[in-house]
This record gives sequence, C-alpha cells and structure tokens, in this order.
Amino acid sequence: MIELSGAAYWLPVVWAVLAAVAIFIYIVLDGFDLGLGILFFAEKNKIHRNIMIQTIAPVWDGNETWMIFGGAALYGVFPNAYATILPALYLPIFIMLFALIIRGVAFEFRSRMHTEQAQALWDIGFCVGSFIATFMQGVVLGTLVSGIKVENNQFVGSSFDWLSPFPLFCGLAVVCGYTLLGAAWLVWRTESTLQDSMRKWSGILSVLMLLMIVGVSVWTPALHATYMQHWTDWPRILFVAPVPVAVAVLAIVMMMALRGKTSRRIPFFCALGWFFLSFTGLGINMWPYIVPPGMTIWDASSPPTSQAFLLVGAAVLIPLILTYTAFAYHVFRGPVNEHSESYH
Amino acid sequence: MTGLDALFLARLQFAFTVGFHIVFPAFSIGLAAYLAVLEGLWLKTGRQVYLDLFRYWLRAFSIVFGMGVVSGLVMSYEFGTNWAQFSQKAGPILGPLLGYEVMTAFFLEAGFLGIMLFGMNKVGKKLHFFATCVVSLGTLISMSWILSSNSWMQTPQGYAIEPGTGRFIPQDWWAIVFNPSFPFRLVHMALAAFLSVAFVVGGVGAWHLIRARRAGRQPTEAVKIMFSMAMWMAAIVGPLQILAGDAHGLNTLKYQPAKIAAMEGDWESEGYAPELLFGIPDMENEVTRYKIAIPYAGSLILTHSLSGKVPGLKDYPKDQRAPSYVVFFSFRIMIALGVLMALAGLYSLWLRWRGALWNSKLLQRAVLIMTPAGFIALLCGWVTTEVGRQPFTVYGLLRTVDSASPVPSASIWGTLVIFVIVYAIVFASGISILLRGFAQEPHSNETGPDPRHPQRAAAMAGAVSDNAGTEA
Repeated sequence: MIELSGAAYWLPVVWAVLAAVAIFIYIVLDGFDLGLGILFFAEKNKIHRNIMIQTIAPVWDGNETWMIFGGAALYGVFPNAYATILPALYLPIFIMLFALIIRGVAFEFRSRMHTEQAQALWDIGFCVGSFIATFMQGVVLGTLVSGIKVENNQFVGSSFDWLSPFPLFCGLAVVCGYTLLGAAWLVWRTESTLQDSMRKWSGILSVLMLLMIVGVSVWTPALHATYMQHWTDWPRILFVAPVPVAVAVLAIVMMMALRGKTSRRIPFFCALGWFFLSFTGLGINMWPYIVPPGMTIWDASSPPTSQAFLLVGAAVLIPLILTYTAFAYHVFRGPVNEHSESYH
Repeated sequence: MTGLDALFLARLQFAFTVGFHIVFPAFSIGLAAYLAVLEGLWLKTGRQVYLDLFRYWLRAFSIVFGMGVVSGLVMSYEFGTNWAQFSQKAGPILGPLLGYEVMTAFFLEAGFLGIMLFGMNKVGKKLHFFATCVVSLGTLISMSWILSSNSWMQTPQGYAIEPGTGRFIPQDWWAIVFNPSFPFRLVHMALAAFLSVAFVVGGVGAWHLIRARRAGRQPTEAVKIMFSMAMWMAAIVGPLQILAGDAHGLNTLKYQPAKIAAMEGDWESEGYAPELLFGIPDMENEVTRYKIAIPYAGSLILTHSLSGKVPGLKDYPKDQRAPSYVVFFSFRIMIALGVLMALAGLYSLWLRWRGALWNSKLLQRAVLIMTPAGFIALLCGWVTTEVGRQPFTVYGLLRTVDSASPVPSASIWGTLVIFVIVYAIVFASGISILLRGFAQEPHSNETGPDPRHPQRAAAMAGAVSDNAGTEA
C-alpha cells in the first residue's frame, strides 16, 4: 500500500466514522418504522393500524432521507466503494428500492382509497414492502461482510453472489431486529390493548434477536481468516471483549422492563443498544476495509479536496439537521390513540 | 460483458426512472411556493377562503411529495448501479454536490413537512407558516444543487483529470458549482416548475368554473381565486419563460453547438439559415428529409441576426453527434407547448382587462385541456438537454459507453420491467387519488368540524379534550 500522510490519511478515517454514524442514525430512525410496517401482519385491527401509522406519519420522510444521505455520501466520499458495492448488489438493492417505493406511497395511499379492498391491498403492500426492504438491507450487509470480488476497482463477481446462506441469515436477523424496534417503539408511543400486544411481541422478538446476534457473531469470524484474527488481535480485543457482556446486561434490563411494565421507553432503548453493540462489533471487525476483503477506506476514497469540501458542510449542517429533527419529534411527542388528529 | 444491449438498457432504465421522478419535484417546487403564498395571504387577510385553498392543495401536496421522495431515493443509488465507471470518475465532483443537496435541502423539507401536514394545531399559525416556507425553500435549494450537478455534466469546468485513473479531481468548487450553463438552466427549470403548477391549478379551477356554469350556479369564491391566481402566474411566467428559454438556447449555442445542430436538424454550418418547423433527420445519410422551413428564421432566432452562422452536424465527427431524430422533435414539442401556455396567459390578461375572465368558455376549455401541458413541456425539455448531451455523460470528456456498470443485461431487463410495473401502479393510484380530490370543490371551513364528515368532527373534538392528558 502507498504510504499516506496528512489529510489523505485522516480524511478517510473521519469520513468512515461519520458514515458509520450516519448509517447508525438511519437504523435508529428508519429501523422502527420499517419494523412497524412488518408488524401489520400481527395487527389486523384497523383502528390499531391507523394509530400505528399515526405515530410515524409526521417523521418517516425524514427517516428515509438518511438513506438518501448514505447513498450520496458514499458516492461523493468513497466513490470506488459506491461503484463496486452497487453493481455487486444490483438485484438486492433494486428489490429493496421497489419495496421501499411501495411501502412509501402506501403511507398516503392506504387511507385515501375509496373501497375497503383497495385499502386492504395497500395495507398488504405496506407490510410486505416493509418486510422485503428490511430483509434486503440485511442481505446487502451480509454480502458486504462476506466479501465482494473486486479486480482493478471493478466488480467481477456474479449477479447472484448474495444468494448464499450467510447474507440470507443476516436478512432474517435484520428483520427480527427492526421488528423488535417497531414493537418497542409502539410500546413507547401507544396505549392500552395495542401497547399490551406490542409488549408481548417485544418479548418474543427480543429472544429471537438475541439468538440472531449469537448466530451472526459465531458465523462472521468463520468467513475470513482476518475476521478470526480480530478476536485474538491485541489491542482490538479490548474493543470487542465487552460487547457480549453489554448485550447480556441489556437483555436483563429489557426483560425487567417488559415484565414490570415500569417504563414505556426502556424497551426501545434496550433494542437500540443491541443494534449499537452489534453495529460497533461489526465495524471493528471490518476495519479498515469498506469493501472486504480487498478494498480499504483509503482505496475507496475520493481525493482530499472532495472529502474536505463535503466535510465542512457536514460539520455545520449535521448538528443543525439533528436539532430540527429532534424538534419535529418533540412536536409530535406523547402517546397516540384513536382520538389523535389526522389532517385527512 | 457489457455489450451495447446492456448499455442501451441501462440508459433506458435510467431515462425512465429519472423521467418519472422529475415530474414530482417540479410539481413540489411549484406547489410548495403556492401553498406558502396561500398561507401567507390567510395570515395577512384572515380570510377563511385562503385557508380552505391551502388545505385543499395541501392534500395534493402530500401525495406529490411522497411520490417524489420514493422515486428520488432510487436516483441516489442508480448512479452506482447503472453508471459505476461514471461514478468512479465523476463521483469526486458530483457526489459532494449531491451530498450538499441532501444536507441543505432534503432534510430541511422532510424535517418540516410533518409540521406542515400535521402540525397546524400543535405549533400555532406563525410557526406553521414558517414550516411551510421552509419546505418551499427546501424545494428551491434542492433544485439549485441538482441543476448545478446536471449543468456541470453539460459544461464542465474547475476540474483536472487524474492521469492513470481518469478521475475528475476538483480544483475550484466555485467554478464547478457556478459552471456556465447553470444560471440559465436553473432559471429555465424554476419557471418551468411554476408554469406547470400554474396550469394544474388553473386546470382544476377551470374544471369547476365549467361545472358551475353547466349547473347554472355562480362559481364559489375559492374556485375563482384559484383560477385567477393561476392565470396571473401564466400571464407573467409564460412570456418570461420564452425569454429565459431563448437565453438558455444562446448559452447552449456558445458551449454546446453540436447539441444545437442536432436540435435544429441542420447539417451544414451556414448563415441565413432557415428554421425548420418540421423534418425527419436521417443520421445515416446526413440529411433532414421532408423539411418545412421558415427562411432566415434559424439564424435570426439563434444569433439574433439574419446573416448569423449556425452550426451544422457535419462540423462534428459522426461519433460525436447526438441523435437528432429525438431532440429535433422533443425540442419542437416543448416550444409549441411553451408558446401555447404563454398565449393562454396573455389571453387571460386581455379578458381580465375586459372584465370577462370568468365568462370565457374558450379560455376555460383551453386551460382545462392544457392541465398537463407544463409537465409535458418540461419532460420534452429534459429529453432535449440530456439526449442532446450524447454520446457523452460529461460533455466532450467522458463517453456514455465508458460510463456503464459491469451488470449483465438480463438483470437490467428484469429490473426495468419491474420498474415499469411498479411505477405504473404507483402513478395510476396517485393520479386517481389526485383526480378524485380535484373533482371536489374546496369546501368552506376545511379545517373546522365538517358536517359532511362526522367522524372527523368527532376525532377533532376528541383530540382537543385529550390534549391536556396526553402531553407527557
């Protein structure tokens, strides 16, 4: 590798961290609203479904914008990664996008249809679309972690490399995770019977998610020798070792909160905690590769002039964005029930 | 691996998805501005009719905006899926511009949209108006960034090409953002968005005026205001757009003369050139057949002088010519619709001056028929500028054939077919919802409890009494 110094070394590092933060914000925000869509299969009651939608209707556009930001940032900051990941994952990405389109328009369409059948159809679209989009996000992640065949900065694998056990397992894992986030979100934001039902689902999904976390954690080191090394590598082990302990602690807190019905919020934040730990573990594992097994963040980078230009804006604008996003959530805070107003 | 077929399919897919997408942001740009004006008028005058109109068009806005978001999400990934080599080479320049668009515009729009749609009773009138203005501002900022990107692909500057990789390395961001065709394209597009929405609003107004006349009753005040505002917009922006389009054309002549030659179907570079009203350009035999021409008009329009020399396609090697048989027609359809819209606007001024704005069957019918005219013109304009850039993605520097992704044509075929199906469903549903909404007149007191919608009245009352208890 060419020796890099100064900005050419640090800017990609800063951007890698920032990109990871952006992806995590995306998971935090869009995870629960995709999961909420998946939960439509469990909640057939029309009033409940409307309440569920009402908890996210004012904010989902903003949640999805983080995904657009992810695409744009990758394009501008790590163009070589953008240009290899997307052709490699051509089909899963498009399937995810189709699903996101259907579920995105379903937000508005479902309540504006004239016949019961048409409404039911868009409800199915919302639920299935949320499921497929979530599953495909897991597949994309799993494929990336398994590694993408790259020669001369170009993807050289086949169209169906993603159709293998590990990515598909990751798809299921993300489905469990997002659905748990959705259920825990509804525990926070709803009342009475809907809330009780969601508390039950949170418990079931927590168990599933823990199993999935264990599964992915055991499977990942087996994929590459380098990943295996990370678990014995000093000082990387210092970062990795506390992760399983923290996962277990959160599991206990989650169980107590669900049993005791003491808090509306704790389950949601416990679920987020699991995501944070899994995500951090994954990041430490992949570092410094952005497209394993061969492309590092430095290989993937655009020139420092591009990265610096966008970084200046991000430093000012991201805190501002987080502020007014928080304000929007603040405006629509509090439990939602069948009496809450809608603009329709 | 990537044969011509895959390249053609990738282009077709991109053209289809971007063409579908572009209608909705344009609609949002115009409609958000209109909503801000309506709400501002309501706050200033206190007249209920403006609030009724605001809420009437807000319902359409939520549909249009949502369709823009989901179809736009596709675009931010499609550069990579379809144009991997282009992304690698031009990503260092265009990626940060797109990043700025997301950070300065998309988040802003999405962050305040919720308040705009659902927040009137939660944040108060003033803050709600602020949210509406911010959403409108967001649409304008977004348009500026994306047009700067697009214009850079047409008239690139401020870059250096890295030896070995062929990447575009940014040298001067100011020069990149404010590249020579950007101001012209920005103004042209902004006016197009306003004009398109003027004819949608005008068309809906015209429909209700016609219905009222057929039913033998006076049109409601809301309908009259809607129609009148739309016609003011058409009367002002229609003629302005012709001036802006002319200026944009001169800019293109200066920087992309080969595109102009393709648009005009001219093969020989000459002075005293005619303007073709019709013809069928034949790229193979280098001739335009079945010409109907106005003598000297080509030189006059392009150079503002009878003797001015206009470019011909033969000035350029065969492998640098844009397909004239596409842009020749798309350009003419755009012009024809633009002129018709401007004429309708001017005619409305004349009628207004005569005090007959509400009584003209001709104007009402014309405007009703022309409801989609702005959008059709806008799409034709985009076909002209994008196909006219061919065979390059970055004009003169990076060929389309060298921009593609290593994706087999079967994958592109499959996804293209699904795109057509999904977009057809989404478009049909969206349009049917919009049309059903437009078929109703704006109700009076749209916000308040409405006797025609008892559930809503009950829900509103419930919300008010519940508010105290639910603010945790």
